[in-house]
Amino acid sequence: MEDFRYLPGATSLVYDKESCVGCGSCAIVCPHGVFVMNEKKAHLVDKDGCMECGACALNCPTEAIRVTPGVGCAAYIISGWIHGKENASCGGEGDCC
Amino acid sequence: MSTRFARQTMTSCCPEEKDPFPSSCTYQKAPAGLKADFPIFGGDSSACCGGQTPKPDFPHEKPGYRLWGFVENFLPAPASPVPRVRSQMSREDRRGTLFARLGIGRNSYRIAPGLYAIGAPDAQSPVMVTANYKLSFDFLRFHLTGVNAWILVVNTRGINVWCAAGKGIFSAQEVACRVQAARLVDIVTHRRLVLPQLSATGVSARGVKKLCGFEVVWGPVHAKHIKEFLDKQMKATPDMRRVTFTLRERVELIPVELGHMGKPTLYLVPALFLLSGVGQGIFSVGSAVSRGATVLLAYILAIAAGAVLAPALLPWLPGRAFAVKGAVIGAAAGALLSALFAGQLAWLEMLALTIFIMAASSYLTMNFTGSTPYTSPSGVEKEMRKAIPVQALGALAAVALWVSAGFMGS
Repeated sequence: MEDFRYLPGATSLVYDKESCVGCGSCAIVCPHGVFVMNEKKAHLVDKDGCMECGACALNCPTEAIRVTPGVGCAAYIISGWIHGKENASCGGEGDCC
Repeated sequence: MSTRFARQTMTSCCPEEKDPFPSSCTYQKAPAGLKADFPIFGGDSSACCGGQTPKPDFPHEKPGYRLWGFVENFLPAPASPVPRVRSQMSREDRRGTLFARLGIGRNSYRIAPGLYAIGAPDAQSPVMVTANYKLSFDFLRFHLTGVNAWILVVNTRGINVWCAAGKGIFSAQEVACRVQAARLVDIVTHRRLVLPQLSATGVSARGVKKLCGFEVVWGPVHAKHIKEFLDKQMKATPDMRRVTFTLRERVELIPVELGHMGKPTLYLVPALFLLSGVGQGIFSVGSAVSRGATVLLAYILAIAAGAVLAPALLPWLPGRAFAVKGAVIGAAAGALLSALFAGQLAWLEMLALTIFIMAASSYLTMNFTGSTPYTSPSGVEKEMRKAIPVQALGALAAVALWVSAGFMGS
């Protein structure tokens, strides 16, 4: 995936290293290698590689990781602007993924 | 903490959930391996007539149900007989895959959730968990040749692993529910489930452990690595943990991208023809047809650029923002159109069509962000806030130039 880099500085990922208990779940579940384990702590090594899937945060036992997971689909985001984020949908048949 | 396991179902761009039985575990559906039978013309009606030899009995037949072709036979089990499935791809699978890729019946390409078996599994065999979208199940099954394992199919309402996890349907509750419904504790002696890594977006491993006592082992992202993963005592190499977005994977998404174009096309094409007829005589049917045909070609080129070429050429197009990538490939398509119609179109018309193709292609490529495995929603929103005004201005400018050219009688 090194060929694929998206906009830098955009992700909502926040990591509190102090709260990390070193379980290593985040490093396992992240599909982009955003976290790496070193000396019993997770290290945020590639923040801009984050696609906000939320797997790390959901599997972190101490809530050391926070991220706003969501859908990166333009139609969904436009719908959110128009109808509010709570009522957003892709419209149409809604089968883009 | 337990509320974190019960992640709210996210609405998303993934297939709509169409489940007639929303309460996933309480409803007793058709046993795994059977699908509802919809005979069209009663193909077997001649079996006992006309002197043909009657076919032998099929012990697993049930009135109202038809057996999936991938089911070899059934193994006895405490909850209900477990279908033993083949690992080879059949014609039925191939046809189903093609249709799903083309978007035909994609939202209902599902199998019954429950426990399945592959090879000759016993109490020590691994339990692989997957979604009930048939393509997800098939990918796993095709890569388990020679492996003895249990396959626990959870109810993701016919949606693939990652999308279902993103929606919160592939969840710890759903996994635990299926474990209990299949009475897995009576079938295997270990307490371990292998889940696809991408389901971690919706499944909390701690949640599964808490709810049903089974430990989650995160399997590889791709089913093609599953055998190697099992051979390595369930250890994944870094390669197995990463998503990919190969040319093939991108091309496979194109038909569905094109499928989204149907409705907008119905509105856009008549509008483009109408605009093409506006000119010196207020409206000319002749101009609408001849100039409209040129705009239609431009529209087709814009779709080819934004929904076909841009996804295929994604890593090689300049810029990180998809809107930029789409505009670049759109400019190339515009240049091609101008070259094809050199001498027949006024420069103003060439400019109008090129800007139109660039704006449309840019918008279409931006929509492809919803299908990639690396774009963050925050990034997409950031990109869209900048790109949409430019695309809208471009489209307006293109219309203004095109109609002006009509008045100039070119």
